[in-house]
Amino acid sequence: MEKERVLEVKDLELHYFTRKGVVKAVDKLSFFLRRGETLGVVGESGCGKTTMGTALLKMPTPPGRIVGGEIRVDGQDILKLSENEVRRRVRWENVAMVFQGAMNCLTPVYTIRKQMRETLLQHREMPKPEIERRMKQYLNLVGLPDDVLSRYPHELSGGMKQRVVIAMALFLEPKVVICDEPTTALDVVVQAQIINLLKDLKAELGLSFIFITHDLSIEAEVSDRILVMYAGRIAELGTNDQIYGPQGPAHPYTQRLLAATPRLHEEVAELAFIPGTPPDLVDPPTGCRFHPRCAVVMERCSRDDIMLREIEPDHLVACWRCFHD
Amino acid sequence: MTEPILTVENLTKWFPVKRSLRQVLRGERTWVRAVDGVSFSVNKGEIFGLVGESGCGKTTTGKLIMKLLEITDGKLTVKGRDATHVRGSALAEHRRDVQMIFQDPYSSMNPRFTIRDVLMEPLEIHKVGKSESERDAWVREILQEVKLSPPDEFLVRHPHMLSGGQRQRAATARTLMLNPSIIVADEPVSMIDLSTRAEILYMMKQLQREMGLTYIYVTHDLSTARYFVDRLAVMYLGRIIEMGRGGTVIDEALHPYTKALIGAVCEPVAGRVNQDKDVPIKGEIPAATNIPPGCRFHPRCLYAVRECWEEEEPTLVDVGGGHFVACRRYDEIRRLGPAARTSEASLGVRRKNASA
Repeated sequence: MEKERVLEVKDLELHYFTRKGVVKAVDKLSFFLRRGETLGVVGESGCGKTTMGTALLKMPTPPGRIVGGEIRVDGQDILKLSENEVRRRVRWENVAMVFQGAMNCLTPVYTIRKQMRETLLQHREMPKPEIERRMKQYLNLVGLPDDVLSRYPHELSGGMKQRVVIAMALFLEPKVVICDEPTTALDVVVQAQIINLLKDLKAELGLSFIFITHDLSIEAEVSDRILVMYAGRIAELGTNDQIYGPQGPAHPYTQRLLAATPRLHEEVAELAFIPGTPPDLVDPPTGCRFHPRCAVVMERCSRDDIMLREIEPDHLVACWRCFHD
Repeated sequence: MTEPILTVENLTKWFPVKRSLRQVLRGERTWVRAVDGVSFSVNKGEIFGLVGESGCGKTTTGKLIMKLLEITDGKLTVKGRDATHVRGSALAEHRRDVQMIFQDPYSSMNPRFTIRDVLMEPLEIHKVGKSESERDAWVREILQEVKLSPPDEFLVRHPHMLSGGQRQRAATARTLMLNPSIIVADEPVSMIDLSTRAEILYMMKQLQREMGLTYIYVTHDLSTARYFVDRLAVMYLGRIIEMGRGGTVIDEALHPYTKALIGAVCEPVAGRVNQDKDVPIKGEIPAATNIPPGCRFHPRCLYAVRECWEEEEPTLVDVGGGHFVACRRYDEIRRLGPAARTSEASLGVRRKNASA
């Protein structure tokens, strides 16, 4: 039976209105997230993955604006809600985010207690002992002792700070947690511990995650399904098995990205790479946006716009090659 | 055997910690033992990797080799000459011969300089080249070398007008300006997109072959190290704990710390999503002001026995094939595997705490 969809995005468009022109950072993106599932979002820098994440909180960074589409959280389109309602009912209540470099977004002059309490008081009216109990409960949940509450951020290690930030995101029991590169600034051992923590939380609390990173090898470890973004659009969307399994991904971009990802236990003479740079989104290439960098480009790739189509259950690809022969 | 181009023996760098008045009056001192007795040698034309977590002293080691920091103790030999305490013109020459690529291509270049200025500066400082036109020709040649072509297009650009990959190419070009023989590359690709990372490493490798360069590759990333290096040294808290051919150290790791590092690496393969990562290590890295007695890894080691903290610190021993390890129990661990463990990994902290 198909699991319930906690989040459904349809034709989402987010543009940055800059002096150079309109940057179409997120261009007609459609996908959904099932309950208890982790959806990985990968792509090179500038492909719009972080922008997409902020859009899901209805919190685009100026000069960005959401110009179209729907974001349904539990069936309700949050783009139709007023800012006040979003703040009261959606942001952090239902959809929370662990930001990139989150461990640096703790205020150095406040104790962890004060910072956590502030978040809680913004959303809930609670007696003091109840707040205290709840803060400790969530710190313990992410593997931190109670005394972290009275410490300042500089007294904690990077991994501990990251855990605090995750605890704060879980605080109001959201349904969806968006993690934007939650492990990039961390050492490998700590990174592995955070990955294990997120997996445990998913299993224990039935949370749904959106996991944004540029690293395909991390997605292999955490994500049930993987969404590959290129130049503001979805290139491929498939299950962990479809992307990493023996048959390999279908889109040439995903294939190249995967080939460029080094593997520890494999001796390779030369690593593959993708020549060129991602396109300027003020004036993206016609047809398939990847065609100028694609090794198996055909004539129609530069001419005809390509839509995302299903090639097998749960596996969507936007490539003319896949429908051609 | 080729002659080593660079040798460090017992290289040590201690940084003093700021003292309180009370400590000054009592004559107490504390030190951050960033690099604490590191020895290795690198052959000409070799790529030598220094791998470890942040704070293990790998970058400091690189800077000591560059002579950007004063060496506290030990000996640095470059091309057969003692370079430990070189000064004046000998230091200038050392710095011409040993160059460095920095991690962050965004902050390692003056934003007001054009690429031309960036590349010309080392020539001017070291008074290389007879005339402006000779220097100019050299700049263009190097730009071609690092595949920033056509040079005319890039010479007039400022760093912010380049992509991350192009910037790192420019940074590489800058190190090549003075025709060095050794390049210390400190995480040259960690801030670059995965799709272009391989391209930069490939270029660096080609340059190395063409120009007979020697690289010291400093990184935390075992996967790129495996692809890039000939030999590898794993550092922990200022010491090398394992060293050998890249593939050997990774595929036949002997030291418990190396094993933990390898277990922590994510791999792009199917079937991992439903299982926890097995990272055989416990606790967190201690401060370098307070290095544990005995084997410095023992508080985090799952295999530690009494001798590990009561007896002297193990030194690197050759286990054959140029593979060195500094662990008292490496042979037992190799034979018995996880059965040799004396404690459990502490990844389960979370569950323990939650139930408490």
